[in-house]
Amino acid sequence: MSEGPNGRRGALPSGVSLSEDLRKRLRKSDYLADEGLATAIFLALKLGRPLFLEGEAGVGKTEVAKVLSRILDTPLIRLQCYEGIDVYQAVYEWDYARQLLHIRATEALGGGDRESLEKDLYNREFLVSRPLLQALEHQGPMPPVLLIDEVDRADDEFEAFLLEILSDFAVTIPELGTVVAERPPVAILTSNRTREVHDALKRRCLYHYIEHPSFEREVEILRLRVPEAEEILARQVAAATERMRAMDLYKPPGVAETLDWTEALVALGAKKLDESFVQATLGSVLKYREDHQRAKMMNLMDMVVGLESGGG
Amino acid sequence: MPEGAETVAAPPMLDASVAFGRVLRGAGLRVGTDRIVGFARALEELDPGRRDDAYWAGRVTLVSRPEDIEVYDRAFKLFWDSGGNVKTRARKKPRLSVTIPEDSVAPPKETVEKNESGDEAVMLRYSPVEVLRNKDFALYTPEEFAELNRMLADLRLSGALRRSRRLEPAARGRHDPRRTLRGAMRTGGEALRHHFRKARVQPRRVVLLCDVSGSMSSYSRALLRFLHAGVASGARLEAFSMGTRLTRITRELATRDPDRALKQASGAVRDLSGGTRLGDAVKEFVDRWGQRGMARGAVIVVFSDGWDRGDVTVLAEQMQRLSRLAYRIIWVNPLKAAPAYRPLAGGMAAALPYVDVFLSGHNFESLEDLARAVADATRRDPDGTDRM
Repeated sequence: MSEGPNGRRGALPSGVSLSEDLRKRLRKSDYLADEGLATAIFLALKLGRPLFLEGEAGVGKTEVAKVLSRILDTPLIRLQCYEGIDVYQAVYEWDYARQLLHIRATEALGGGDRESLEKDLYNREFLVSRPLLQALEHQGPMPPVLLIDEVDRADDEFEAFLLEILSDFAVTIPELGTVVAERPPVAILTSNRTREVHDALKRRCLYHYIEHPSFEREVEILRLRVPEAEEILARQVAAATERMRAMDLYKPPGVAETLDWTEALVALGAKKLDESFVQATLGSVLKYREDHQRAKMMNLMDMVVGLESGGG
Repeated sequence: MPEGAETVAAPPMLDASVAFGRVLRGAGLRVGTDRIVGFARALEELDPGRRDDAYWAGRVTLVSRPEDIEVYDRAFKLFWDSGGNVKTRARKKPRLSVTIPEDSVAPPKETVEKNESGDEAVMLRYSPVEVLRNKDFALYTPEEFAELNRMLADLRLSGALRRSRRLEPAARGRHDPRRTLRGAMRTGGEALRHHFRKARVQPRRVVLLCDVSGSMSSYSRALLRFLHAGVASGARLEAFSMGTRLTRITRELATRDPDRALKQASGAVRDLSGGTRLGDAVKEFVDRWGQRGMARGAVIVVFSDGWDRGDVTVLAEQMQRLSRLAYRIIWVNPLKAAPAYRPLAGGMAAALPYVDVFLSGHNFESLEDLARAVADATRRDPDGTDRM
């Protein structure tokens, strides 16, 4: 517990004072961010404001939190949202079973007046901290990274509660008092837009919409993340995915799928794409039967196999 | 770096930020003071003389929906290219072309009052309701549209109930150790009373897809009002208009003032009298919103005469997709009111196999039927057709 609310804000890794520095640092940790995303992260760290990330599934929203925790060398605390999530699952809960045992034990030892027993019971040691409390209580040279994943899945009540936490970085536990974060955690919120998250919550945050990467950047990502893949293979995969994204599919592949695909191909020993490899691995990029059919109809194989050198 | 200067000194970039904020507001973005201050702070941390830095500082702080990015881009270009000297008010270019003819939708209240006086006003207000309930919307006078507003205000729109994953205390159900043990604390560790909880029931999300093409124009006015009544009543409701393109109008309809909401919605809807490619519109909905979760377990209401200018096989395919996601699909077609109407033509025939409830929606009474169908939690009709 600390005196002032959130003494020092901001949490840039040492040696980073420009957004360009940060971009290089991210790259060193195998995350390729474009200028917009790098600037957004830079500002979020520098200003100590939560970062709200939206974008298609699989463009690397969650990855941002992971790479930040690596760069800042600080724990990643993750809160996965779902419908019906409440304070007891997100912030804290009393460990009732242990409290009961404690009562019994005290009784058995014939001890203790009521008052001191109660004091004992509502003690920090009987409190189970859940992700949000963990993030606020974290002690260390750097604040932790708090990933609040898929906020759009939680319901309105919880959103209102998050709003409170994200503006003060403090939470009140009736029996114990208020816990204030010494330094606000680096908060990353993600949403898949299954519903529109309330404006008030977005206003507290910096906002960035992550797009699918360009061809060249995707090749780079593939080379960086799956170093075993041949250059030619990476280019072909990137070219094929780019085409798939333009193909009007039910679920266009994101970067995550492209990576899966490349890994699958490498696992099969593919040096470059050919029809049988594509046949065997298409399930790792396209997840709907209709999409497979469409890919077949559009002669994806021919297009891809024809791409000797790749190209956008 | 001005760490502690949070609330005290005005950021040096504030003037420029305020000016840019004004441009954005003129372009239709909602930019509050807090956002502008955030923008100014962000600029300080970057190089405001660099175009890209200035651009991203604003993108990150002033925009929070992908739909707004295009508007932002245009405003930014304008602002930057002019060196910050944009005449803000002057260029309120009508970015939205088509509007609902206002006089017919929303007669100013005074004229209504003026026409009515004394006892007659009471008569006029109460007696026509019964008549109006059965009158085709296409035959409504402006005064009657005003009356419709009042009637719709009483119409509750709320989705069928479903079990939520949130639990609430209950007399019986699942055992609730938290409350039981908490109670036990008070009785010396002895659990004298056991507590239970069960899943709360919650209205399902209702999604309205409203065809606003020319062939529907006499009805879309009333239907937009109906949508507004629903959105304003605070139901979990999403609304889209289908024309030559799909437009989300939930936000525009979310104000309490019906006239303003309609004006905004008609602003958002660009294609009030263009043709509809129904299949494409439904596809766009499923692709962009439905599949990600909005349609899952929802009650979907489609307002359309089923007149599809596109390929009807697309519509059939997309309706099938939608029916796999949705809890129930209700199709409202004003043409159904005509005794001779048979849903044989293209789009309607293609869509009907995937429709659970088929209604007419041409007068107030049938809107009441619709509200009932939306709230009905019983199982789907096995044959998937007319249940009226």
